[in-house]
Amino acid sequence: MATTAPARSRPRGGLDPARADVYRDWLRQMLLIRRFEEKAGEAYSLGKIGGFCHLYIGQEAVAVGSLAALGPDDYITCSYREHGHALARGITAQTVMAELFGKAAGSSKGKGGSMHLFDASLGFLGGHGIVGGHIPLATGMAFAAKYRGTEQVAVCYFGEAAVNNGAFHEALNMAALWKLPVIYLCENNRYGMGTALERASAIYDISERASSYDMANEVVDGQDVLIMYAAMERAVQRARGDKVPTLLEVRTYRFMGHSMSDPIHGHYRTKEEVEDQRKRDPISVWSQRLIAEGLTDEAAVKALDKAIIGEVNDAYQFADEAGDPEIEELFKDVYADS
Amino acid sequence: MSTKVVMEALSPTMEEGRLVEWKKQEGEAVAVGDVLAEVETDKAVMELVARAGGTLLKQVVQAGTTVPVSELVAVIGEPGEKVEGPAGPPADREAPGKKAAARTQPAESQATQPTPDRNRPTSMPPASPAGPAADTNGQPAPASRPPPPAAPSGGRVKASPLARRMAAERGIDIATLPGSGPEGRVVARDVEESRPTAAKAGPAAPATAVRVPAGQPYQDVPLSQIRKTIARRLAQSIGPIPTFYLTTEVDMERAREAREGLLAAGGEKVSFNDIILKAVALALRRHPECNAWWQDDHIRYWNEVHVSMAVAIDEGLITPVIRHTDLKSLREISAESRDLAGRARERKLAPEEYTGGTFSVSNLGMLDIDEFTAVINPPEAGILAVGRMAERPVAHEGAVAIRRRMRLTMSCDHRVIDGATGARFLQTLKGMLENPLAMVY
Amino acid sequence: MAIVTYRDALNQALREEMQRDADVFLMGEEVGVYQGAYKVSRGLLDEFGPMRVVDTPITELGFAGVGVGAAMAGLRPVIEFMTWNFALLAIDQLVNSAAKMRYMSGGQVGVPAVFRGPGGSALQLASQHSQAFESYYAHIPGLKVVMPATPADAKGLLKSAIRDDDPIVFIEGEMLYNTKGEVPEGEHVVPLGLADVKRSGGDVTIVCHSKTVSLALKAADELAGEGIEAEVVDLRTVRPLDSETILSSVARTHRCVVAEEGWPFAGIGAQVVDTVQREVFDELDAPVFRVTGADVPMPYNKHLERAAKVDAGKIVAAVNQVLYRERDE
Repeated sequence: MATTAPARSRPRGGLDPARADVYRDWLRQMLLIRRFEEKAGEAYSLGKIGGFCHLYIGQEAVAVGSLAALGPDDYITCSYREHGHALARGITAQTVMAELFGKAAGSSKGKGGSMHLFDASLGFLGGHGIVGGHIPLATGMAFAAKYRGTEQVAVCYFGEAAVNNGAFHEALNMAALWKLPVIYLCENNRYGMGTALERASAIYDISERASSYDMANEVVDGQDVLIMYAAMERAVQRARGDKVPTLLEVRTYRFMGHSMSDPIHGHYRTKEEVEDQRKRDPISVWSQRLIAEGLTDEAAVKALDKAIIGEVNDAYQFADEAGDPEIEELFKDVYADS
Repeated sequence: MSTKVVMEALSPTMEEGRLVEWKKQEGEAVAVGDVLAEVETDKAVMELVARAGGTLLKQVVQAGTTVPVSELVAVIGEPGEKVEGPAGPPADREAPGKKAAARTQPAESQATQPTPDRNRPTSMPPASPAGPAADTNGQPAPASRPPPPAAPSGGRVKASPLARRMAAERGIDIATLPGSGPEGRVVARDVEESRPTAAKAGPAAPATAVRVPAGQPYQDVPLSQIRKTIARRLAQSIGPIPTFYLTTEVDMERAREAREGLLAAGGEKVSFNDIILKAVALALRRHPECNAWWQDDHIRYWNEVHVSMAVAIDEGLITPVIRHTDLKSLREISAESRDLAGRARERKLAPEEYTGGTFSVSNLGMLDIDEFTAVINPPEAGILAVGRMAERPVAHEGAVAIRRRMRLTMSCDHRVIDGATGARFLQTLKGMLENPLAMVY
Repeated sequence: MAIVTYRDALNQALREEMQRDADVFLMGEEVGVYQGAYKVSRGLLDEFGPMRVVDTPITELGFAGVGVGAAMAGLRPVIEFMTWNFALLAIDQLVNSAAKMRYMSGGQVGVPAVFRGPGGSALQLASQHSQAFESYYAHIPGLKVVMPATPADAKGLLKSAIRDDDPIVFIEGEMLYNTKGEVPEGEHVVPLGLADVKRSGGDVTIVCHSKTVSLALKAADELAGEGIEAEVVDLRTVRPLDSETILSSVARTHRCVVAEEGWPFAGIGAQVVDTVQREVFDELDAPVFRVTGADVPMPYNKHLERAAKVDAGKIVAAVNQVLYRERDE
């Protein structure tokens, strides 16, 4: 049985002390996502959050490491498991939590919810709810960048289950054909809901699918934020510099069920497998590394965690106390003039 | 301090869960995230996870129990700590129901969340007037079902919505009308054709279809198909008001004699125009089809006669109205027209004094105009242009004679008045002026 | 005024809008080198180059999504579907992406894209190539559905559609490309959401759009010979529906027939009938009748196909029914 393979990752070099602040900030971002998601799970259980709620616990290093390599004008699109990406891109915990609570203060005025987080000012163009449906959208954003001759890059996050979908292949073909500055970042967490990768895909290495389109590709260890960052930096360079797309297969693992209404392991994976994977928790991997390299210590990590728990509790309280959208909002934003 | 463990909503639609099995026993240590119990939701068997660390002090419910969301199932705290909560000790077995009722708010709102209808504003306006609509809807289709056994009359009547509305407006009982539509449906034309038929015709009643019921100022008559077609085609050919003109010449000798007779009798001065106004009003009374307004989708036939008279003023033209012209004496008409014309020139008329006419008269005789065509003053359907009275050689009783003659030209809105209709009106008018006694006949 | 084909009127609109606004580009199958499967894009590649007239692989879902994404990034794409039959492969992008983006982003991200191409019944193209899908898209809040019937409207409406900030489904009549009519040169814009009375009449209202407009006018000519004056209301924009024009006409004529090429079940006509009965119930002197394509897949055989399609005779028959004429004659 396969586990998240460290894969064909680059060898790990020493950390650059000059970038200590950046490294510590990555830890902060990952912890923020973890604590935020735990709080969201709690809020869901109490009925504060409705509908579907897909948590990102276990995959934090992917969003944090990859988004760290982007510029402020780049475009980002995600699937519906996008709380972490939204936070890492800079939407505040309060705004995201308020959206999860369906409140007017949320990023989409409470009309989108957990699956549809947007902040156009940050180039964060959505969580999208149809598996694979947003892959052509990111391709279109890259087309727009090329059309206008800007230096922008478009990034599309999706799960490994989306690669069997026609939209994936249609988009990758056009991106390679037209040489578009787009990065397809496949978060391979091994399961499409309850279906294991090898029960859905004829080939094991998703990165190999890029060969159909003569597209640059890499397999990345998604539990190590630095490895993630480095791979993403190379992909961004290809997009911005060489104006070509990349397919990144990022191997990671979701510690929770598919959504809040699904069991953590159920019948499709064993409890042991989940426990085994938890040993490579991206947050402990990174905090241990920083401690080992002397860039932080246990006490500082504890203090950071405490501060973040406070921030997340504030976000919860803010969202809980925030007002519902006015009923007039129902018919607004359907059309430009509505 | 102890922490309560409640049944959590583990699926979007879950309202209660069955506690399948306890995974931690009383007295056992628990850490955050530890599985306390397995819970069967409406979708799957899920794990109820500890959200606080400590010792499991109390299992409040037995395995196998079904528990509403938010209700207490366990208590976690420090070893030896007393099991209690703000709402009293959880061991208090008869209380949970009450507590649960007070705390089910979140679960309830979540349970109702998939049915957003209650927030959706109803876009359906209230149904049309319940009576007729219900009648129509309730009418079984005879083609597919046998007709209702009893209750033949007074029962449901098949009628189009338009026919029902028209019948209601006219006070006609729709059940009395024969229907010409499919399966006897009463349609608009059946209502139109049901207008009180001829009845006892008055002596001077001309052959006209228009009969305004007494006691009403006017009657609105929907446009018949032919009326509509005439209106549309004529308007297309000539402009918004398809006008045609009818001219006749009137011998005014006897009118002059009558006027002089009145003066000789010491009456106040009466002008020829006053006589014309009076004659027009009486002729309109006999020809209500010319005493009408075009109202786009129907014609308003007036039961009252209000003649407008065109008065030239410095700024142009104004048409003060002599109300109920037909009911007023010549003397009253004379006084009123003088007053109105005077105040019109001083621009002292109130709006209601120059609106609401049903027919107009314009006279340019004093300006030596032999004859002219006047422009219709909408929504009125006709206007009479009066030329000068002049001595003209005419054939009179077998010889050429010089007689006072006057030309009248009537402009007619063809959507309302047809050629023959207008001609008959003019004929009546001419007859009255040539034989003033006809006015009082 | 110049007499121009429907096809060339669309070409004029595209050319003028691409000249006017550098953010406008055309993308689709065979739009460039081939000069357009129906020659609507003839000459545009030469004038604007391959970055603005983009030939795509046969990949409707993919390039429709590329269009939505480009519009989210601020461009004004015109995405051509070779026909709307093939656009079914892309309907997820229209329904789930284009139509929803503004709403689920709380008003932050609009999709100013036009999706256009021919639709409606064709000639002996059988079941998969001869279909009217406007009711699919008109069902969706967030989309606007535009269907010109004449060359002048084709030009004026396409220009409006390209300038509109919402996603537009622009369905051209496959059988209308060769029809000719007067088309104003240069700036000629027809606002969206306005129906047009193509012929006035007081006896019956015929509501129609796209191909059925010419059929309704033909039926009206025939009826006029029998003394019946039909008013022909061309919807032009199916969504938003110009109910004001429909209702004021029906309030005058008291009788109404709705004609469309699509299938009867849950069609555009059903929506029109709903509006009419609800708003002007008391003006109706007869039930509203619909004329639609037959409720079957389009057959290939010429005779069967004729029986399946709407024609002027079927509209005349429906008018006679709402006028109860068979009872009079």
